[in-house]
Amino acid sequence: MRKTYLAAACFAGLFAATTAQAAEINILSGGGAYQASQKEAYFKPFEKETGIKVIEDEYNFELAKIKAEVDSGDVKSDVYDLDAPTVLQACAEGIIQKIDYAKLGLDKSKFIGADRFDCGVPTILYAYVFAYDTSKMPQGPATVADVFDLAKFPGKRALQKSPIANLEWALIADGVARQDVYKVLGTPEGVDRAFKKLDTIKSEVVWWEAGAQPPQLLADGQVAITSAWNGRIFNAIKTDNKPFKIIWDHQGLDWDIWAMPKGAKNQEAAEKFIAFASSAERQADQTNYISYGPANMDAVAKINPAVLPDLPTSPDNMATSWELDPTFWSDNGDELRERFSAWLAQ
Amino acid sequence: MSLPIHATPTERLFYWGVRIFSAIVLLFLIAPILVIMPLSFNPEPYFSYPLSGISLRWYHEFFFSERWLTTMKNSMIIAVATTILATFLGTLASLGLTMTRIPGRTFIMSILISPLIVPVIISAVGMFFFFARMGLTSTFLGIILAHTVLATPFVIITVTATLQGFDRSLLRAGASMGANPTEVFFKIMLPLIMPGVISGGLFAFVTSFDEVVVVLFLASPEQRTLPRQMFSGIREIISPTITAAATVLTILSTAMLVSLEFLRRRNERLRGIRS
Amino acid sequence: MATGVLTSDGIPLKVKLKRAERRTKLKALGLVVPLFIFILFSFVAPIGNLLLSSVYDPSIKTLLPNTVASLDQWDGEGIPDEYAFAALVQDLKTAQKDEKVALLGKRLNYEISAIRSKIQSAARKIEKLEQGPYKQTVLDMEPALGTRHFWTLLKRSGSSFTPHYLLNTIDMRINQDGKVEAMPQDRSIYIGIYGRTLLISLTVTLATLLLGYPVAWLIANLPTRSASLLLIFVLLPFWTSLLVRTTAWFVLLQDNGIINDALIAMGLTEEPLKLIFSRFGTIIAMTHIQLPFTLLPIYSVMKTISPTYMRAARSLGAGPVYAFTRIYMPQTLPGVAAGCLLTFILSLGYYITPALVGGPTDQMISGVIADSMNRDLNWGKASALGAVLLMATVILYLVYDRLVGIDKMKLG
Repeated sequence: MRKTYLAAACFAGLFAATTAQAAEINILSGGGAYQASQKEAYFKPFEKETGIKVIEDEYNFELAKIKAEVDSGDVKSDVYDLDAPTVLQACAEGIIQKIDYAKLGLDKSKFIGADRFDCGVPTILYAYVFAYDTSKMPQGPATVADVFDLAKFPGKRALQKSPIANLEWALIADGVARQDVYKVLGTPEGVDRAFKKLDTIKSEVVWWEAGAQPPQLLADGQVAITSAWNGRIFNAIKTDNKPFKIIWDHQGLDWDIWAMPKGAKNQEAAEKFIAFASSAERQADQTNYISYGPANMDAVAKINPAVLPDLPTSPDNMATSWELDPTFWSDNGDELRERFSAWLAQ
Repeated sequence: MSLPIHATPTERLFYWGVRIFSAIVLLFLIAPILVIMPLSFNPEPYFSYPLSGISLRWYHEFFFSERWLTTMKNSMIIAVATTILATFLGTLASLGLTMTRIPGRTFIMSILISPLIVPVIISAVGMFFFFARMGLTSTFLGIILAHTVLATPFVIITVTATLQGFDRSLLRAGASMGANPTEVFFKIMLPLIMPGVISGGLFAFVTSFDEVVVVLFLASPEQRTLPRQMFSGIREIISPTITAAATVLTILSTAMLVSLEFLRRRNERLRGIRS
Repeated sequence: MATGVLTSDGIPLKVKLKRAERRTKLKALGLVVPLFIFILFSFVAPIGNLLLSSVYDPSIKTLLPNTVASLDQWDGEGIPDEYAFAALVQDLKTAQKDEKVALLGKRLNYEISAIRSKIQSAARKIEKLEQGPYKQTVLDMEPALGTRHFWTLLKRSGSSFTPHYLLNTIDMRINQDGKVEAMPQDRSIYIGIYGRTLLISLTVTLATLLLGYPVAWLIANLPTRSASLLLIFVLLPFWTSLLVRTTAWFVLLQDNGIINDALIAMGLTEEPLKLIFSRFGTIIAMTHIQLPFTLLPIYSVMKTISPTYMRAARSLGAGPVYAFTRIYMPQTLPGVAAGCLLTFILSLGYYITPALVGGPTDQMISGVIADSMNRDLNWGKASALGAVLLMATVILYLVYDRLVGIDKMKLG
């Protein structure tokens, strides 16, 4: 009998913990150095200014769970940091809210790529880049074509275990102009062409899955060149003093986006937060903690000139980049992922 | 089983061959678990020997960081609740299953044991769909229910086994001496089957405490458990803190093993089985 | 009546005994019922629901109700006439208003590639259409809506049951004429994954048998004291968390990890071998985890085999090898069958270990199920793959039950 009381007390405790509510907001983000930078640039100043407590947690963009929460009407979080394909998917599934920029007090035209996303406010742009270790290769590759050139730059390559960005790069290395990449990739011949180009380096490829792996693979000397998110390489250079170099050539730009689930419990605070975190000042401040580019174009003017060259959105870097097409990937992603898995298993 | 003096060379070869082979296999079984323990004292964030010194850095991280502490607490809450629920339901059912021949016993038994056989991923996905409709995903209750499903088969197997060796004439003896059924149960039966019940409970606890697949599917960050955190520790963060966590968990499971062994011996003693 | 023995209250003993027996049965049943209901609710129902959703998917019918209904009058030749297009326009307008077009696009995209964005852009344009006739307008607007594939799919959707997901999991699909055909080679992946799952499970089972059998024999034939000691070596890993053991292998197999360091130090290799994220790493870690599961049932059978049989065989002139293979080994077969089947069944469902230690080409069926669930949100496909895996498991489970009996399942 005593056990039953204990269990009851236990459950009661659990429920009590979830029902107590002050002015607060629950935010989920991707964790790591990125979330740490958000804490400094957004969460802490937001708490200070509004008195609304920010409860942050990490997740892996597990959409299935968010969908289950929204469907059942018991939504645990108010704001998500999502990647571009997930925003489109979540928007299509009706999991997240359409954004009304006017209501947030924001100017939609100021945000890079805002037209692509109905259901989210772009917050940063990061780049898919290639990087190498200068202590092992003083004269490293300078272009994407070099990365695909095993004769000129022998050694292992690490690529993300996903068709995204890899197929685009394969076409670019094969001579397709960056504005035509998705046109070519939209045809069966184009897809064949991309896989054929990847075939040329397949035997030398190590596949990575988590963002923490590329700098580690490079540091351990397991690969000569790796693809990576630019911020991870930047951190390895700045905080761990690694002799890495980013190749700013044909890097793929991708977004992280703020979104709100349908049925968010703290709707008002969520809107307030997104507006706050989208201001030029706050976004410029974030670049002091991580080398991702603010999506708010007005932020560029306020950025510390010392960090500007490392940002994907700096004018120089923007000039050499291509934008990932989330619509293309939501249309063709299933099929290309299947084909990619089949190709990997060959 | 020592080697007889008249052994042929083939027998000699066989004798030593099996021993050396077995030694290697047993080493293969135990070494990986032992080898990572010293690594948890490595001051540097690498997984390789030789150690450059001794440090409690990763233990500090494990025991004093908010994240790991929360997961430890969550795991405890879930495992304790699961143990209570699974032991209670499982023991009741075992009593019923062994009391008399009930119709459809084999069928009922297969249903009750089936969570053990169905691949966890299928249970997890199935529960996810089903629980989502009831708003049970991302709740402690949902995970506790799911873990209870996975844990009861262990309770049933252990408690049923204990009950099968239980001498029912003791109950009649008690009743004939004037004890009412409640007294018979609590004063005679329960103390005798208690070791079985406790080991069933231990199994239930370990099942829940180790479980990660269901948690991956059902838990939101709020319910993140220790194994779930270790999963990200390997997959996303790659920090040596996981070796400290692994060491602590191994010590815990050794304690479990020792207590189970103790219970088994006590059980055999109580039932008068000598080995 | 006259022959019956009566109890003190005048009821025949037979009747009274029967009553008592029935009361005991009811009481026994009453004790089982709470758990049974709990398992039905939290386990059997979810699994049944999963099986159902591998074939039941009313989404197209729900999203395009009028169009699907109107196709009852279509004979399936060419493409349908104005009535169907009028219904489609009406349905798409509703869907556009309810923001359901993307969902529809996603579902159609499973069977017709790259139709998602076309249906979305068509819906946006159709919103502004005022009056018919619609057929030609729609065809001019978006040719993808005039294909036979599109219309045959809609006609099939009149039934809420679809074989699509199950077919998909065996690399088949339904073509534009409604016929089942094989997926093109470059998109056929699932047969390969089943094959890989079977191959890895078989390899692991065989490896555990080869490693476990001699050890089981030794432990079964040693004096109790040393046997208990050796058993601890088997039981400790058995009791150690799966994640701890996977972590251990993850650490050991690193390129600059302990195994590679040792191999290089011994001069066996110059460059570190690729152990982590490889098939070899997956198999060795799984073998380590499964070894006690194979070994323990074999051990418990061996313990019951009396040494007299071997002595008898030897004294009758059988050589040691002959006596072992013909007399001893057959007696251990029940244990071998039990251990191997258990390991094989458990191996089929492995998810965590291949996900953490394996490379991209070592993912087993469970990993693919998890991906379809979480990443693709294709729950029909996840269910269908789950149904196939469940079938395989249940068949093996029945075999296990016949050979060993679930009642005899032992722990520890």
